[in-house]
Amino acid sequence: MVTVKKIVLDVLKPHHPSALEFSLGIANQGPDYRVAITVLEVDENTESLQIIVEGSAIEFEAVQEAINALGGSLHSVDEVIVQSETTKT
Amino acid sequence: MNLWQQAQFLLHISRTHGIMRRYFVVNGFDGALTMLGLIMGFQFSAPANLAVIINACLGAAIALGVSGISSAYVSESAERRRDLTHLEEAMATNLKHSAHGAAARWVPMLIALVNGSAPLVISLIILIPLGLAQAGMSLPLSPLLLAISIALILIFLLGVFLGRIAGISWLRSGVQTLLVALLTAALIYLFTAS
Repeated sequence: MVTVKKIVLDVLKPHHPSALEFSLGIANQGPDYRVAITVLEVDENTESLQIIVEGSAIEFEAVQEAINALGGSLHSVDEVIVQSETTKT
Repeated sequence: MNLWQQAQFLLHISRTHGIMRRYFVVNGFDGALTMLGLIMGFQFSAPANLAVIINACLGAAIALGVSGISSAYVSESAERRRDLTHLEEAMATNLKHSAHGAAARWVPMLIALVNGSAPLVISLIILIPLGLAQAGMSLPLSPLLLAISIALILIFLLGVFLGRIAGISWLRSGVQTLLVALLTAALIYLFTAS
């Protein structure tokens, strides 16, 4: 079984909701998600963010949906760490 | 998120809390002053049947409510759509299914509801003594005078609310709005009490 442990995303979002609310919205998608957001650039209406999500099994689709629901736009996936685990039968 | 939190969140991201508060005070004030004017008009006229007075006031209250709902919905829908388009252009993406899209759809309805219900509810509160008198309850004062008193109290309280928002003296703000109401009452007396 292969699970995603870490993803680093480049996201554009409006000024509202704030980076804190944005991170809470993403962290809510999993039981043990650790979310770190860095605001890279602030424009008149938008902010560019680097979002780092870490967890034991990240569901990328859910993270992407949360970003879209909060008004963000995923520009790129800049870094990924996945891990394969052998399951005993 | 429950419904209340969802509404709070949509108002927050669309930054419309202030607009809603403003609409509540402005239209609430409209409702209270309209009722004050109508009731004072009846007070200074030849005695009229209480049912006629209630119907006239209720008609005005309903009209204020419907006018508040429709005018706020039309204007706020246009404003929210404009804001959403502006944001979509900046984001170069479609935000229809995002919280911002939801805010553009739901916030005008919330604001319209507040804008319409403020004058309606305030008017209905002012009309309570008339309704009680009509139901046969004996009141310590004439129902019209009681209704005028309630209107003046509500106008004062709207001023207090404004004062608390602005962080200025609530008493001063309340007295200011009360003075406006008393000025209105004086004008009505001047033109109708002949």
